[in-house]
Amino acid sequence: MTLCRVKGTVVSTVKHPTYKGLKLYVVQPVDENGKPVDSSFLAVDQVQSGVGDLVLVVTEGNSARQIFKQKILPIRSVIVGVVDAVDYHASTVLEAR
Amino acid sequence: MYLGQVLGTVVATRKAKNMDGLRLMLVQPLTEQRTPKGNVVVAVDAVNAGPGDLVHLVSSREASLACPNTFVPVDAAICGIVDALDVEAP
Repeated sequence: MTLCRVKGTVVSTVKHPTYKGLKLYVVQPVDENGKPVDSSFLAVDQVQSGVGDLVLVVTEGNSARQIFKQKILPIRSVIVGVVDAVDYHASTVLEAR
Repeated sequence: MYLGQVLGTVVATRKAKNMDGLRLMLVQPLTEQRTPKGNVVVAVDAVNAGPGDLVHLVSSREASLACPNTFVPVDAAICGIVDALDVEAP
């Protein structure tokens, strides 16, 4: 999954039937420090996230099909979680057991 | 899934067998600030988009799932015409 920031919304009424009733967001991948990396893309929301939220996005079609329980689904990126906190230990390199 | 602008149509009479009847459109992928990003692509149109429309597309295997016959050699499909795009300033 990818850590992303929700940047905006996309509204479209004329669309493929499977997109009916789904919210479509513009999301921007961010690195572990929250700095934007790569380019933004679109994702369908499944967890009532809002603009500005830090979210978890799965970008693989098979997972989307499992989430929506549909075989024929032209959707690849789905927001599957709203992140509360990221705990990042930059210092731990390798811990011997 | 990404944004794009429809530039025009592509007509190919000689093409893969099961691609008959699919409408092919020339699309310029866009960033969320509507600036061109990367090269133009040819995408199957599943929603009757016209030239100049701002659209959103899906790529890879999922593009073929947007077509009536889902077993087609297609890797980009227009899935919706964008009415409003509201994005925070960069």
